[in-house]
Amino acid sequence: MLLIRCPYCEMERPETEFRYGGEAHLVRPLHPAAASDEEWSAFLYLRVNDKGLHAERWRHASGCGRYFNCLRDTITDKISVTYKSGEAPPSL
Amino acid sequence: MTGDNRVQSGGRIDRAKPIGFTFDGKKFTGFAGDTLASALLANGVHLMGRSFKYHRPRGLLTMGSEEPNALVGVGSQESRFTPNLRATQVELYEGLTAVSQNNWPSLSLDFQAVNGLFSSFIPAGFYYKTFMHPKGAWESLYEPLIRRAAGLGRAPKARDADHYANLYAHCDVAIVGAGPAGLAAALAAARGGARVMLFDEQAELGGSLLAESAARIDGKPAADWLAATLAELAAAPHVTLLPRTQIFGYYAQNFLAGLERVSDHLASPDPKLPRERLWRVRAKRVVLAAGAHERPLVFPDNDRPGIMLADAARGFLARYGVTPGARAVIATAHDSAYRAALELAQAGVAIALIADLRPNAEGEWPEAARKAGLRVETGAAIVGTRGHLRVSHALVAKRWADGSAGRGEAIACDLIAMSGGWTPSVHLFSQSRGKLAFDETLQAFVPDVSAQAERSAGACRGAFALSEALADGAAAGAAAVSAAAPAPVSVEGAPAAHGGFLGLSPPHGDPQKSKAFVDFQNDVTARDVTLATREGMRSIEHIKRYTTTGMATDQGKTSNMNALAIASQALGKTIPQVGLTTFRLPYTPVTFASIAGMSRRELFDPVRQTPLHAWAAENGATFEEAGLWKRASYFKRPGEDVKAAVARECLGTRERAGMMDASTLGKIEVVGPDAAEFLNRLYINAFAKLGVGRCRYGLMLNEAGYVMDDGVIARLAQDRFHVTTTSVGAAHVITLMEDFAQTEWPDLKVWFTSTTEQWATIAINGPRARQMLEPLVEGIDISAAAMPHLSMREGHICGVPTRLARVSFTGELGFEVNVPADYGRAIWEAIWAEGRKVDCVVYGLDVLLILRAEKGFIVVGQETDGTVTPDDLGLGKMIAQSKPDFVGKRSLAMPDLAREGRKQLVGLLPDDSQFKLDEGAQVVDAIAPAIGTSALGHVTSSYFSPTLGRTFAMALVAGGRSRIGGTAYVTTMQGTALVRIVEPIFYDKEGKRLDA
Repeated sequence: MLLIRCPYCEMERPETEFRYGGEAHLVRPLHPAAASDEEWSAFLYLRVNDKGLHAERWRHASGCGRYFNCLRDTITDKISVTYKSGEAPPSL
Repeated sequence: MTGDNRVQSGGRIDRAKPIGFTFDGKKFTGFAGDTLASALLANGVHLMGRSFKYHRPRGLLTMGSEEPNALVGVGSQESRFTPNLRATQVELYEGLTAVSQNNWPSLSLDFQAVNGLFSSFIPAGFYYKTFMHPKGAWESLYEPLIRRAAGLGRAPKARDADHYANLYAHCDVAIVGAGPAGLAAALAAARGGARVMLFDEQAELGGSLLAESAARIDGKPAADWLAATLAELAAAPHVTLLPRTQIFGYYAQNFLAGLERVSDHLASPDPKLPRERLWRVRAKRVVLAAGAHERPLVFPDNDRPGIMLADAARGFLARYGVTPGARAVIATAHDSAYRAALELAQAGVAIALIADLRPNAEGEWPEAARKAGLRVETGAAIVGTRGHLRVSHALVAKRWADGSAGRGEAIACDLIAMSGGWTPSVHLFSQSRGKLAFDETLQAFVPDVSAQAERSAGACRGAFALSEALADGAAAGAAAVSAAAPAPVSVEGAPAAHGGFLGLSPPHGDPQKSKAFVDFQNDVTARDVTLATREGMRSIEHIKRYTTTGMATDQGKTSNMNALAIASQALGKTIPQVGLTTFRLPYTPVTFASIAGMSRRELFDPVRQTPLHAWAAENGATFEEAGLWKRASYFKRPGEDVKAAVARECLGTRERAGMMDASTLGKIEVVGPDAAEFLNRLYINAFAKLGVGRCRYGLMLNEAGYVMDDGVIARLAQDRFHVTTTSVGAAHVITLMEDFAQTEWPDLKVWFTSTTEQWATIAINGPRARQMLEPLVEGIDISAAAMPHLSMREGHICGVPTRLARVSFTGELGFEVNVPADYGRAIWEAIWAEGRKVDCVVYGLDVLLILRAEKGFIVVGQETDGTVTPDDLGLGKMIAQSKPDFVGKRSLAMPDLAREGRKQLVGLLPDDSQFKLDEGAQVVDAIAPAIGTSALGHVTSSYFSPTLGRTFAMALVAGGRSRIGGTAYVTTMQGTALVRIVEPIFYDKEGKRLDA
């Protein structure tokens, strides 16, 4: 079980308090109607599925309830950093 | 009988405490401190099981948790029976009842041993090759046969009578293994003041020290040093000692999972004690001191009862005072077996011969053996054995330079003690994702780079000698608390032992014609491994799966390195080139019950009950589950069957009035200046201009355009909405709301509160509904003129604040009374008292589903399955076309969602008006469609309507709306039913009854 640092609560809590929220930094088109079918499909379905560092969303569901982002290594599961929604991913 | 094979003194058993037990119905006696294995050996019982595939007679190979052969079932009561326990780990208690497994009719006479005669037809990959055809035969014919023939123990038939506990713990240093290295680590860490947890799989802490009779540590006999060390640790308040606790899993961030056997070893345990306890431990630092496993030598017929690992033979003597044979042949490639020979000889076991594979054996141990007059032959291989239920001869031959061996000379013996050397136990290190390296000198994989705050110490990283293990452990313990390593303790009488051999022992003749076992538990021979390479398997992972070597519950503890060496030789590659398979958890088998812990039976899942649950239970409700909720299905009266009760509730509601507990409806308070804008973006309907006091049905899509939830949304104020959701969708909906508000539109000022459990919701439907409420409601004019359909008012009912809505899910005049949950029952009873005056009924979920379906109202999750659009449901007109965007809108214009011929919701009327279709049944357009024809769709809801006096259904059918007026067929268990396709509304099409 992972220990995850909630950037809002500023403490490490066990994974069971959190819910996974999928890939981070997906941008919903501002004007969906103007998006082509291909662009919209890509937004809906295409994910990077990286081997290695992966920016992803988690929610502190049983804590503060906030969504935040983190960088997790998909090989080792190691979460190197968590950061608040809206912030750019820190460079490692 | 008592132990015939027990020496007079020595060992850690208590000869003053005899213990009676049975094995396969036969009575035996052992002593306190025995395991089932040692007690059986003491009684001369070597035959303890039959092998997995060939049903070969098997005895003990080892003395510990790595045992592959002696698997037994334990427990005199069916409700406490446990199969597949390793006899080497089963502690003896008075009355213990054990049985052997995988044999019929008995252990000594097993008819299925004929599998062995046909074994040349059951090679590696046999299942894959032979049981492919005919199609379908695998499930119906082959698998059941194979399962019966090859297997482990049987599952108990009765419900488990024991209970199981879960515990979380945190510590500074967790130490796995309480042998010399682990104990030294614990001492060093504890003296540094750290919170230490020391785990060991055995009943007694001490590891190899428990069988150490010669060595002196710190000037004391090893047993005294052990006792003093344990006393110091036990007295330290910040140290937790956990014997009988197997750390079986090493997860991310130093999270360890361990299984403690709490009461299995007790004759009459305190019923308050759990049987097992699952530990979940988060440690700042971990020291792995897991020790090493001795390896078998792979020679033909190396699996007969009486052939065991040399240090196990020595251990049974040193620890339990048991001589495992009268005349032994020692087969070895490692010095440590000489020590076994010496100690066995000292106890009176005749040592016929020490056959050492190595050309020379000149360490301290071999010299001592020669000095003691034991016959030592170097360059000697075992090329076979004889015997049936017990080994009778070892065939010993000269090892030639070309890697083969000569013809064997038969040497009579009843024990072959073998040693191929030692394999560090790197299972947990590997689970922690640490990287292993192959040590050419040791010919073993050892820990290289740690992935976590972890250090291996002692034999599990190749520090085999007692002095090395103690020093390494102390250094690891000190490092874990950032202290300097303590000065090493002095060790005497424990010289280092060297040597080792990997792979197939030099054979005499064609090795393909003999059975030399590599993996004892899964019955994999050297021949199987080489066959796999000949058939094209190159990766060790493929060889493992093809032969099943290392895949038994023993996790290949005794077999992996030999299998790897045989494969590498066959492939002409080095061992590191071939690589090691992944070590999986659990290290030893873990019971499902311990993982479930308290989450069983009524505690398996939380149960949600509404504030009106007790009233319903007192008034004849039958409940069903809806998510975690208990919902009343119907209220049977004495003498009524289900059909009669449902009919009475249906007709009563349509004709007069019905009350229902609707408290399970999800409720979310959506508040803020941007609340309307937010809902406008989330639902397909328009909410921006919804008037205060008005309600609107809301349909929610996911971003892919499919219906996810629905409910009625009421506007209480400019900035306040009372949102209802489906009963099981509430948590999902509020999560989605939070997601969009926090991450997509953080500029909107809107907040969400789950209020599902704060409100009791009472639905009153039917022409007399208003009549029932009027006397009770205060401050709200509920007349048709003042309170139209789809409105909500705040006021009081019987003095209690209420949010009163006029809504209907039945098509009748309907109200929903929301009151604070604590007042729910009182208000329900007050309304019920009024209801009785107008002959009102109480109805349950069954009736609600029928009444709504008669009106064609959908249930999300029943008419929808995550691939259904609003237009598919005929609800396309609800979409607020003027809105530039809402969640899912863009997707509705995607080609597949906008295409012709999608499945659309229609009504079905079976030609036989009393025939009820199965929900989920396929709709087809011919009475006997050709095989391979796609179905048109499926039935989503199907009921008998007491109001209509006939059955009806709803279905999703391809191009359904254009088929209205036509017919189709529905497949059923009774054959194909003809149906008419109609509009999905069956009652009061004009909607007049809303204002009846």
